[in-house]
Amino acid sequence: MDRRDFLKVTGVGLGSLLLPAMHGRVIAAEALVSKIDVATKKKFADIALNAAKSSGASYCDVRIGRYLRQFVITREDKVQNVVNTESTGIGIRVIANGTWGFAATSDLRPDAIASAAKEAVAIAKANSKIQAKPVELAPVKGVGEVSWSTPIVKNSMEVPIKDKVDLLLGVNAAAMQAGASFINSILFLVNEQKYFASTDGSYIDQDVHRIWAPMQVTAVDKQTGKFRIRAGLSAPRGMGFEYLDGRKEDKVELPGGAIVYRDSYDMKEDAIAAAKQAKEKLTATSVKPGKYDLMLDPSHLWLTIHESVGHPLELDRVLGYEANYAGTSFATLDKWREKFRYGSDKVTIVADKTQPGSLGAVGYDDEGVKTQKWDLIRDGVLVNYQVIRDQAHILGLKESQGCCYADSWSSVQFQRMANVSLQPGKDKLSPADMIKDIENGIYIVGDGSFSIDQQRYNAQFGGQLFYEIKNGKVTQPLEDVAYQMRTPEFWNSCVQVCDADDYRLGGSFFDGKGQPGQVSAVSHGSSTARFNGANVINTARSLG
Amino acid sequence: MSIYTEEQAKAILEKAIKASKADQCTATLNGQVGGNIRYALNSVSTSGRISDCDLAVEVAFGKRIGTATINSFDDASIEAVVRRAEELARLAPENPEFVPAIEKQAYKPSTTFVEKTAAITPEYRAGVAAACIEPCRKDKLVAAGFFTDNRAFSAIANSKGNFGYQQTTAMDFTCTVRTDDGRGSGWVARNLADVSGFDARSEIQTAIRKAKGSADAKALEPGKYTVIMEPHASAGLISFMMFGFDARQADEGRSFLSKKGGGNRVGEKLFDERVTMYADPWDAEAAVLPWDNDGLARERTPIVTKGRIDYLQYSRYWAQKQGKKAIGQPGNLIMVGGDKSTMDLVKGTRKGILVTRTWYIRMVDPQTVLLTGLTRDGTFYIEDGEIKYPIKNFRFNESPAIMLNNIEEIGKPVRVADDESPFVMMIPPLKIRDFTFTSLSDAV
Repeated sequence: MDRRDFLKVTGVGLGSLLLPAMHGRVIAAEALVSKIDVATKKKFADIALNAAKSSGASYCDVRIGRYLRQFVITREDKVQNVVNTESTGIGIRVIANGTWGFAATSDLRPDAIASAAKEAVAIAKANSKIQAKPVELAPVKGVGEVSWSTPIVKNSMEVPIKDKVDLLLGVNAAAMQAGASFINSILFLVNEQKYFASTDGSYIDQDVHRIWAPMQVTAVDKQTGKFRIRAGLSAPRGMGFEYLDGRKEDKVELPGGAIVYRDSYDMKEDAIAAAKQAKEKLTATSVKPGKYDLMLDPSHLWLTIHESVGHPLELDRVLGYEANYAGTSFATLDKWREKFRYGSDKVTIVADKTQPGSLGAVGYDDEGVKTQKWDLIRDGVLVNYQVIRDQAHILGLKESQGCCYADSWSSVQFQRMANVSLQPGKDKLSPADMIKDIENGIYIVGDGSFSIDQQRYNAQFGGQLFYEIKNGKVTQPLEDVAYQMRTPEFWNSCVQVCDADDYRLGGSFFDGKGQPGQVSAVSHGSSTARFNGANVINTARSLG
Repeated sequence: MSIYTEEQAKAILEKAIKASKADQCTATLNGQVGGNIRYALNSVSTSGRISDCDLAVEVAFGKRIGTATINSFDDASIEAVVRRAEELARLAPENPEFVPAIEKQAYKPSTTFVEKTAAITPEYRAGVAAACIEPCRKDKLVAAGFFTDNRAFSAIANSKGNFGYQQTTAMDFTCTVRTDDGRGSGWVARNLADVSGFDARSEIQTAIRKAKGSADAKALEPGKYTVIMEPHASAGLISFMMFGFDARQADEGRSFLSKKGGGNRVGEKLFDERVTMYADPWDAEAAVLPWDNDGLARERTPIVTKGRIDYLQYSRYWAQKQGKKAIGQPGNLIMVGGDKSTMDLVKGTRKGILVTRTWYIRMVDPQTVLLTGLTRDGTFYIEDGEIKYPIKNFRFNESPAIMLNNIEEIGKPVRVADDESPFVMMIPPLKIRDFTFTSLSDAV
């Protein structure tokens, strides 16, 4: 999430009129469960396709989107805000004179749709005058009329607001009772009702659901003036409200005592643990800077994968299309051609737009390409990138990998990250087994501070919980820990990855990219992994 | 239609307020027409035009609040949006932190609208792209940039008789120029209310100069250095620090402005005495709307005076609870400086580092506002008042609260905007001693 939006949502004392502007217009809760019928959407799409073709477009795609979001925002014993938003409209993208053009409108009357299609063609023709090379689009076979839905058990939008409020206030009360000074807890619920049609002959109706339940628990010691925050250990998921069932079989106790979660989350249990751990953090030993072997839990490692593998292997960044903002990539095409050793032979990383329960899972991407799974790094060697239709030819691919996404009907779709995940180790290995061989290490659970340069070489990561490992055992909690890394050295220092029993998903609900900025949601899975000889710094400072 | 006149906006808002049967009603109408052009690899990649207008209605029955918005403004739509807000309010739990709608405010207009900016055309935007691309193509350089402009209006009214209307314009330009071998990179940014002060042909030369000048960078050891920070470079750190200026967070003990034992540090001298910052909606170069998101009138507000903390941001609820007067929350941040340019500061530096841009700044420890981030797109070694050679980028771990105590010299403020900051800012170039770089980056 871009920091400004996050602060808007979680900020203290913000006017409630401010929030809706971020995500569309505010609607009643009942409207969250309604849909536009498919026949109507097909009718709108055909109007746009026909208008674009008759204006001279050689290709056109149409996205009719209804983007629904619900936020329930609480602190301690108060509901700060409940907001339902809807944004509905049509985005029309065309190729004319070999150049892209785009126009969008929230006005779904036939004339307005046709007029937007013509405007897109006019923009394409105007821009073609300064276009260096014509767009080269990898072919896609039309699929006719098809549909896809996130396989949810419980539609979050159908759960009454009262139940959601009761859940969060119950979580907050439990944290306060366990000694928290403050707690902020939130439910973010998303339903994207997306209809895609193109001149290739596809009419694709998709119903995508996502859920996130973040919290921050703060412990304050007024005497010393010290405060510490422990964020929740949940993952945002491509699931329904069943993610909050907190099933026993989804709980995992780690060496050191922290509880983490697989495919469902016990928010109240985690809030109680967070309250206790936030208090412990106030007096935990401050880390001695130096070289350590790191043992990184999947609740932490997802973010390192996201920043140091997911982003640098986006082909638009590699080529320079994001140079002015998000940046380029160290993982250049010449490295790919020369079979660059990205990591050790323990490191196999896949991109996967089909993984059930993940944030990035869809049936078809936002240019009508059926989603798939492919290797990015195989046994440590860079083998592929993430591409969309107008980039596939650059890698000599015959088809797109299906990585195209727009965060709204009004945004231009472009290349976004697939779920990018580290594959589990092939040998039987649990976190408890892994720890036995570590003489001088730090075990990190949960994601914290993160920052990486514009070519994805130099990164720094914090975490939520840090444990000292001495001679094969967890000895004590630590604080003020961050590690600095250089991407290829870091992944080449990976000596062990736990087996598939330990595999869990983490992810980002609001990954930012592009100008104007767009967000996307993406998951990253891994098992616990060990990285030798990392550079750990101490982040404690004194303001006097 | 997205831009309404004052009379039209007032008529729509009054209809909404009149339609409400709730104890109180606040309505806002915001419309904008914006355009943008994006280019990369010396070619236009996307361009677009965004037009939108929204009516938001917030009503309250007792302490129960409901909010709804709509983007059509006929009588039936206005009636429908008010009914929907009332329906949500009846369903909502009582908000224990409820505060009544604001009283009638006296808004003193600020100069936020410039006709020339409002009149920017698609041809003008294409011209900006061409002005950046052409010199780069000729010089084995690669341009990637973004130009965006916006004309908007904001109107607010409530059932206590409050009303405000004002139009705004803005433009923002950024461009990165890289050498075609990828060894050099330079950046330029301009944010202005009045486009007549903008000339892409001259601005692009800054990025070209930095791109050419930053190739073949040498590696210096990480450590503490005297740095000259261009206004954009320090703005990222300073604006991040402002998120710690929330009164409630400070009073609750979870801000760097919390006081040991309870309370906050307003009145304490925390920075070098040359540090003075204030907000002023009527500033000639960085004017903003004369009201905040709640509709409270903004005032000229001292934030830091000679290093002393003068201001914390109070929400209306927290102000009421603490017995303070709630004033409009700042929309801009103006740091007082002198007359010297960045290059003047370089001239007076025996040994140091020129940082032209900072990147990916994130909070490491909110207790001390320790931030980490990197330098980018042109970092240079200074010796005896001259830029000697380009150096590799660094990662820093530094707190702006410490940085503002290590001031050596302050230059002339310029208008900057940062996509991660809510403020329009006037920030001077700064010369700072003992700035902490913790590692090297190979990124160009």
